[in-house]
This record gives sequence, structure tokens and C-alpha cells, in this order.
Amino acid sequence: MKALPPGLVSTPSLDRWIGLSENRKIVAYTGKVEIGQGLLTALRTIVAEELDVAPESILVVSAHTGHTPEEGVTAGSMSIETSGAALRQASAWARRLLIDDAAARLGIAADQLAINNGEITAPGINESLDYWQLYTGSFNFEIRALTPEKSPDRYRLVGHTGQSRIDVPAKATGAAFVHDASAELHARVIRPPSLNHRLTGINAEVTSPGELIVDGSFVAVAHPHEFKAEQLAMTVSANATWHRLDAPEANFDIDETRRVRAAAFPILNGTPTLTPPTPINTAHRASYSRPFLMHASLGPSAATAVWRDGTLTIESASQGIEPLRLVIARALRMEDANIEIRHIAGAGCYGHNGADDAAFDAALIALALPGRKVLLKWSRADEHGFEPFGPAMRMELGADLDDDGHVLTWTHDVYGFTHVSRPSPHAPGVDLLAARLLQQPLSHSPPVPRLTPEVGIHRNALPIYAFDTQHVTKHFIADSPVRTSALRGLGAQGNVFAIESFMDELAHFSGTGPDVFRRRHLGHDTRALAVLDAVLESCGGLTGNRGLGLARYKNRQCCAAVVVEVSVDENTAEIQVPRLWIAADAGRVIDPDGLRNQLEGGAVQALSWCLKEAVTFDTEGVVTSRDWESYPILRFSEIPEVETVLLDHPEMDPVGAGEATVGPTSAALANAVFAATGLRVRDLPMTPQCLRGVAAQ
Amino acid sequence: MTTFQLNGHDVQTGEEERNTPLIYILRSPSIGDMTPKLGCGLEQCGACRVLVDSEAVYGCTLPTSAVQSRHVETAAGLDTPVRQALIEANATQCGYCLPGIIVTAEALFRTNPHPSRVEIAHVLDSQLCRCGSQPRVLKTLTELARK
Ligand code: FES
Ligand code: FES
Repeated sequence: MKALPPGLVSTPSLDRWIGLSENRKIVAYTGKVEIGQGLLTALRTIVAEELDVAPESILVVSAHTGHTPEEGVTAGSMSIETSGAALRQASAWARRLLIDDAAARLGIAADQLAINNGEITAPGINESLDYWQLYTGSFNFEIRALTPEKSPDRYRLVGHTGQSRIDVPAKATGAAFVHDASAELHARVIRPPSLNHRLTGINAEVTSPGELIVDGSFVAVAHPHEFKAEQLAMTVSANATWHRLDAPEANFDIDETRRVRAAAFPILNGTPTLTPPTPINTAHRASYSRPFLMHASLGPSAATAVWRDGTLTIESASQGIEPLRLVIARALRMEDANIEIRHIAGAGCYGHNGADDAAFDAALIALALPGRKVLLKWSRADEHGFEPFGPAMRMELGADLDDDGHVLTWTHDVYGFTHVSRPSPHAPGVDLLAARLLQQPLSHSPPVPRLTPEVGIHRNALPIYAFDTQHVTKHFIADSPVRTSALRGLGAQGNVFAIESFMDELAHFSGTGPDVFRRRHLGHDTRALAVLDAVLESCGGLTGNRGLGLARYKNRQCCAAVVVEVSVDENTAEIQVPRLWIAADAGRVIDPDGLRNQLEGGAVQALSWCLKEAVTFDTEGVVTSRDWESYPILRFSEIPEVETVLLDHPEMDPVGAGEATVGPTSAALANAVFAATGLRVRDLPMTPQCLRGVAAQ
Repeated sequence: MTTFQLNGHDVQTGEEERNTPLIYILRSPSIGDMTPKLGCGLEQCGACRVLVDSEAVYGCTLPTSAVQSRHVETAAGLDTPVRQALIEANATQCGYCLPGIIVTAEALFRTNPHPSRVEIAHVLDSQLCRCGSQPRVLKTLTELARK
């Protein structure tokens, strides 16, 4: 028997999830937010399916403190699993309560009744009732046990394409983002060169109606006109002087000095442990790395805030408005109840970007300008310079093979910095950028190693394969030279890049085809085998310039196989990717179109990371990749044609998929480059310069 | 004073706004067209793009005086097959880049109603998308071009 979804355990009141409104609509409440992957549309489909109404009659209300269920952070490809499961069960209860009521009123057994678009009828009876006639303003019901849900074989919406995204028309034609919110004042912040710098002074005057806000080294300006605010920020910035606190950070590598200082946590039964690691020497060894990466949202972080009548009201694109509220309350020494946060979409964020920091910036500015609503936007240069970066990683792999090309021993040591520094009420510090810049600075939390399965650095460090002996160890480096946090896939991208590259290297060594070698080690993992078969069938086989990558996200969510085809220019050493194939098994498919979009988006983003991206620094420790020229990403003419195959399992629960393709794509690309050129690239990104370096070795 | 047409309607802006980049004027409360987006202010991402006499330009840098007596169109006003096709195909993810893509693709389709995938991609190189919506955008527009 299945358990009650956790969301319903913490918020059992049905009215917190489902309500009926007078205009024949059904309102579904979720604590999760739309991050550009069609989540709200998928949740709407689930509710419409369960209640047997048209999707158009459902209004989804998302993340608003005090109004929607508390569901923490939208992250880790978990929202369909968690909020979807809670809303599905809540909808099933709503349907049951309404139909039982109808049965009593009509004097007919509930199982004789049919529902069509909220209209309840029975054969041979003219009288009918609808949901809205039956509903009395609330359900007044606590969900304490499971009620049967609609059986998947009766689905008419879930699993079928053709659902238009609810958020898209407004995004194409009008105002839809927090950046578009109305406000009395436009605000900009003026940042120091790095977080290791503090304000010495500002030699600029600001004349009314502009405002200058200075609190320690937190500097901001506000003006009723946006362009004037921008100009004011430039003037203040040009006249501000800063000094460095400590010696500049010069080392941005995971080099030997950092590796020896790392804390080691061997992973046993999936969990990092304090057991001393056993050094193991293997015949085959390879070391892989990735640099610091950016989320680099297309729209710089933004938020609104107003401080009025003792209440601070914030509009933010944060993925976790509830924890954000608690942390801001603590930072400002305010009562939680006096802060209200409503989620409004931002540009795609792929993890923990500057959205939370911007909310705090806006709050600080609003407190300095009581009664006036401010809309704060970061500049492009600050977005690129101060977002929490995706951490650099190094993966050292080793293996012994028997004479038949079977892996006997497998070792994987992954080194890196924290992937988890979202603001949290459970963390000791205030993990919001401006906190450390204030006159009375608030300290941020020291990074701590996470010792639960599949988090951060060791996400997907365990191979999907059934090796006889394996030693997987997480090595946590506390002293990151820059602020780092969650970026799409967390450690999974680096780990899968390394595992799947190494599998290719071993296959090559043992003279076996990459697909055959993988199959040999997949054991009875029928779902992974099916995904592998599907991608090979779709692309027609691994010909000379193609590479393969395979993984199951977090070793329990979406299983994805990717084939990448490359062409490498012999003169320029530039890699082009004309085609890419994906096959994926995400359990029950709720919205095939949305699922494809997520898988493809992840693949394209991973190609961009691997081909082009690396955060760069100068000798003062200042980020130098501050625009799209110094931090290039993939452009349209570099985009492959993508084919995606979905393996639907209506009988299984759905699992998230937004992060499933980043690892397999990264490795497939490296493997394709090897297939095409014989060059094995182990350090990302695969720029022409890097490829020439490998060729010169 | 600058006078221009915005999506078919006459608009006037003050003398002191001659040098203000067009995007701030379009997004100001008096006009309130939020479709051009600020992405970089550097002519690098294309999020701010608008049509001026059917040519796609960067709203983040173009001084308002430059559109005197000209016809400005934004994604809000472009009720065209390009916009419709992209919306219907869910050819976006977060949607922040979408208005700029609509504008730039529209400029292409006006001069060349049947572009190839390569031509579409080449023209859209001015438009960044971080979410990876490009395969879907290219597929949708290539299909539209065949109609
Ligand atoms: S905002 Fe104009 S090009 Fe980026
Ligand atoms: S869809 Fe998010 S930037 Fe393009």
C-alpha cells in the first residue's frame, strides 16, 4: 500500500489544495513554481484528469506565502513527483466527496454516476448536478488516508500531447515576468569588484528625485525612470572606490594542494560515510574535470519589494519562497508573518541563481524607502559576476579488466566544492549575497559536506553498472575560491561525463563496441537496456563520428541515453554537432510534449557547457567573464537537430526529467569527438584550443 | 519630441527622451509594452529586439530619436503566423527570449517567406536562448517555412 504523499502529510487540509470558484473554475494550489519547463501546465493536466473536467476550467495558483501549501524548493526534478502526487490525491478526494454528495442527493449509488466536465449524471435520470452546485464554499476535509485514484488506463489527458502551455501566450505577447512588474521606483545595485572588496567611499552626488542607498558596502540607487536609474548607477559606480579585504584568491583549480586537504567520504550502500578510504591501484586510470560554470539566465535577476504598514511584500522568481521568507526575516530581525513573498516567473534559472539575492537586495532598498514599491534589476555584468556558480569538479576514475573485457574493480574519486548553498532557515548563516556587505555584516554559512544519498558532489557518482567491486568516494573541498551552488544536475553532470567517458575508454581498450561493452555490464537493468536499444534504433547505430552516453538521474529517476554526432574541422579544430538523439524513460509520461522540451533543453545546455563555457578570473580574483562575449554560449546555428524517443510506463509513477540529459550528453559529445578524431578530451570545455592541446600531447 | 508609430498607433515622446534607448520608452508606464526584454544592454543577446520599418534592431541601444516618423513593431503587436506557430508549438521554455525571437524571425519571413533551416538559424544567431529551446524553435519555423 502506498503512503500518503508527503505534501499532504504536512498540509492535510483539502481546501489548501483544491477549491471551486464561482465562475465554474477549479482552483489548484501548489507551492512549486514554473521555471520554464511547463510544470504548472503538467499539474493542471493531472488535476483535470482526476476531476474529469477540461484543463481550461482549472486555474493553477503557484507559490505565494500564506496562500499556497508549503512545498519548499522547486528543485531536483522533483516537482511532478511531489506536488503532482499531492495534487493528484487531493483531486481524487475532491472528486470523491463531490460525487458522494451527489449520490446522496440523487438517491443513486455513487458508482452509477458519470462525470463529464464537472456535470454529474446518471443513466435514466433527467436531473443532473454539477460540482459547483454541490460545493459549499469549502470542503472542510482533512486528508488522512488514501482514496483510489483514476486508473491510468482511463486517462484521456495524461500522456497525450496537445496541451498548450498556460504561461506561453502571455510571455509572447505581454507582461509575464517579475521584470515586467509595475513599481514606483526602478532600482539598481552597485557591486564591488569582488566579494573580497569593500567600499572606501563614493564621490558622487545624487539629486532628487533619485535616491542613493548605502549600507556598509551595499550600494544601490533608485529613480522613477528606469533609464535614469541605470545612468545613476553608472555615475555612482564610476565614482565609487573599493579596497580589498584579504590577499587575492589566485587558485581556481582543483589541484593537488586542494585535493590533499579535501575530506574523503567513501560511499557505502549509496550513502557517504566516515569510513577511512582504502587506496586502490588499478591498471587503467583517467582524470576528468569541468570548470566553474554559470547559470547565466537570459534575464538578469530581479525582484520587487515594498515596505508598507509594517509589512514587507516581495515579488520574486526564487525557487523557494518559503525558506527565502524565513531567511530574510532572520536577516532583517522581522517577524516571519510580516513578510509576504509571491512568486512571479523569472528567466530560466536551472538551479540556484541570483533570484534569492535579488529579493534581499530589493528588500533592503524598500526598507530604506518606506511606502514606495521598487523594482530592482541586476546588470548583465553583475549577473555574470555574482551569481552563485556551478562548482568546478575533478573526477578520477580507475578500473581493472579481466581478459574477457569485464570490469573487475571500479574506482571513482570525485573532488569538488559545495553544490548546496541555497538560503535555508536550517543553515547557520544568511546565504544571501548582500548580507556580507552590510555595515553590520551577517555571516554566510560555512560549506558543509552533505552525507545523504545522491546530493551535490556525489550525485550520480555511483555507476549504473553491475561491477563486481566498486569503490566510490566523495572528496569535499571546503575552501571554494568563489560562491557556488546548485546548477542543473549538480554533481551528476561531471560524474556521468567521467563515468561514461571512461566506459568508452575501457570499451576501446578491450576492443569492444561502446554499446556492447555497456550492455555487458548492465546486468538485468531492463529499463536501462530498453533506453539504450531505443536510442540506437532511433539513430540507426553508432557510426564513425557518433558517441553514446547513458545514465539514470540520481540512480532512481529518469533514465536517459543520448547519441551525439559531431563533425570536427581539421583546420580550426572547431566541433560542430549536427545531430543528437535522446531516448528516455521517465515512468508515466504526464505531458509528452513538455517532457521532450525538458530533455532537449538539458541536452542543448550541456552541449553549450561542454563546448564553450568556463568562468574566468584575473589575478585579483575578479571574475572577467562578465558578458556574452567573454562567456559565450551556444547560438542557433550551432544547434543540432534533435530526435527524442519516450518510453512510456503508464503503470509507474512519473519521475522528473529536467536534469536527466545533462550527464549523458556531455559524455556522448566527448565520445563522439574521440570516435571522429581519436582525441580523448577529459577536461572541459572542448574549445578548439583545448582540442589542439590534446592533439599536441 | 519624437513621433512614431507603435504597432499601428501614434506615439509621442518628450524632447528630453531623444537619447533614451527605445526599450525604456516602450516599457515605461505610459506605453507599457513589456515584450521587449532587457537581457544585456550590449547588443549581445537580442532579447530587446523590435522591428523598425520591418527591420529587426536592438531596442536596448537604439536612441528613441532614431525612430522619428518610423513604424515600430514589437512581439505584442505581431499577431502573425510566426508568433502563432511558436506559441502553438510550445516552442519555448522560460519564454524570456521568445519576444525577441518572434521579432527577428518575423523580419526574416517578411523578406523570405520560405527560408531553410540553415537560413533561419543564421538569422537567429543574434538571439540567445539559455534554456535550450532552439531545436523546437528551428523545427517550428522550418515547418512554417514549408507552408
Ligand atoms: S538586451 Fe539588447 S541585445 Fe541584449
Ligand atoms: S526559453 Fe529561456 S532563455 Fe529561451
